Amino acid sequence: MSEPVKIDEISDGNFGKIVLESEIPVLVDFWAPWCGPCRMVAPVVDELAAEYQGRINFAKVNVDEDPKIAGQYGIMSIPTLIVFKDGKPFSNIVGFKSKAELKKNLDEVLS
Amino acid sequence: MNNRDNAYDIVIVGGGPAGLAAAIYASRDRFRTLLLERGLIGGQIVNADQVDNYPGFPDGISGEEATGLMHRQATKYGLETVNADVTGIELNGEAKLVRTGSGDYTAGAVIIAGGTERQKLGVPGEEQYTGKGVSFCAICDAAFFGGKTVAVIGGGNAAITEAMHLTKFAARVIIIHRRDQLRATRVDQEKAFAEPRLEFRWDTVVTEIKGGDFVQGLRLRNVKTGAESDLPVEGVFISVGMRPYTDYLKDIVPRDEKGAILVNENMETQVPGIFAAGDIRHNSGLQMITAAGDGATAAMSAGKSLRK
Repeated sequence: MSEPVKIDEISDGNFGKIVLESEIPVLVDFWAPWCGPCRMVAPVVDELAAEYQGRINFAKVNVDEDPKIAGQYGIMSIPTLIVFKDGKPFSNIVGFKSKAELKKNLDEVLS
Repeated sequence: MNNRDNAYDIVIVGGGPAGLAAAIYASRDRFRTLLLERGLIGGQIVNADQVDNYPGFPDGISGEEATGLMHRQATKYGLETVNADVTGIELNGEAKLVRTGSGDYTAGAVIIAGGTERQKLGVPGEEQYTGKGVSFCAICDAAFFGGKTVAVIGGGNAAITEAMHLTKFAARVIIIHRRDQLRATRVDQEKAFAEPRLEFRWDTVVTEIKGGDFVQGLRLRNVKTGAESDLPVEGVFISVGMRPYTDYLKDIVPRDEKGAILVNENMETQVPGIFAAGDIRHNSGLQMITAAGDGATAAMSAGKSLRK
């Protein structure tokens, strides 16, 4: 088991720097406190952050506090996980998904 | 494959009230017990801010708090918990092999308590527009539809609860139900009929979800007259029921026509050493208390099977 990694909450102010300008892919977890499935997928995302450390970065956007970024990427449903590669959305995953399904997606991003 | 670290007496699949109650009973009877949960401990009941019908809480309790206490109780007696998704269960002689996305475990007995997932409509456009106007969680997504026109498909308690929640955000909420009366509890029906922003389309089913980049409308059919029509909406909330989360099990245990696992009153399936509890089993009461009851019964049966 990898050491737990803390996932940063990002906002409109640092989204560009942390996500769009990142050299490695970044998975952004769009969530909100009232969303049950968002909280269900959170521990899975935490584990993936540890397992893919150094290969994929992870960040979270609270759509309640930052509706602007959510609107920019057409988010109408949470949880939505978008993996950004070279500053652009590469894959878009809506709803709770198991670790196995998410890993498949992340391995595709890296291949 | 005789790794002692991965060998347990009892493996429980699913960490909702059924699995947690089973975990308490199994651990207290000194069985080496493992709980496998792929999401949040507590299962679907964590979405309930206030549970008023679980015995012992006259002022109600949140699903998250109640299941948190259950988990703490089981852990106190030695339960081990791993965050993993079970991808299959196989028979390995007398033992059972539980396969997960992060490794395999062997068990003397397995209790399947993995609950249910949302039923889909199965119409064109549903997959394509999931996340683009099609939602299975009104609590999660209502905020994205402020001032818009949305439809709720369904006629039971969940559909009415979701529709009422949506009226706080959307301009118009249209309930589309294939029958001419609701299945929801009377008190909640009355509130729904009294809500001005809620409209009803009876005897109607959705045959297609249409749009451009996002949902723009629904194709409807009246089941009594056969008449078809179009309804412009910007959101569709699907609330047509739950289905047992059993596809991955394939044919290892017999299930009913809805996919729910067949059990007797001792929560035994037709396969010795495999038990089922909670919403996933045939004729479940679908309540937190019935799930917990099932879990305890299943654990006691599993314990008996291991000590005979």
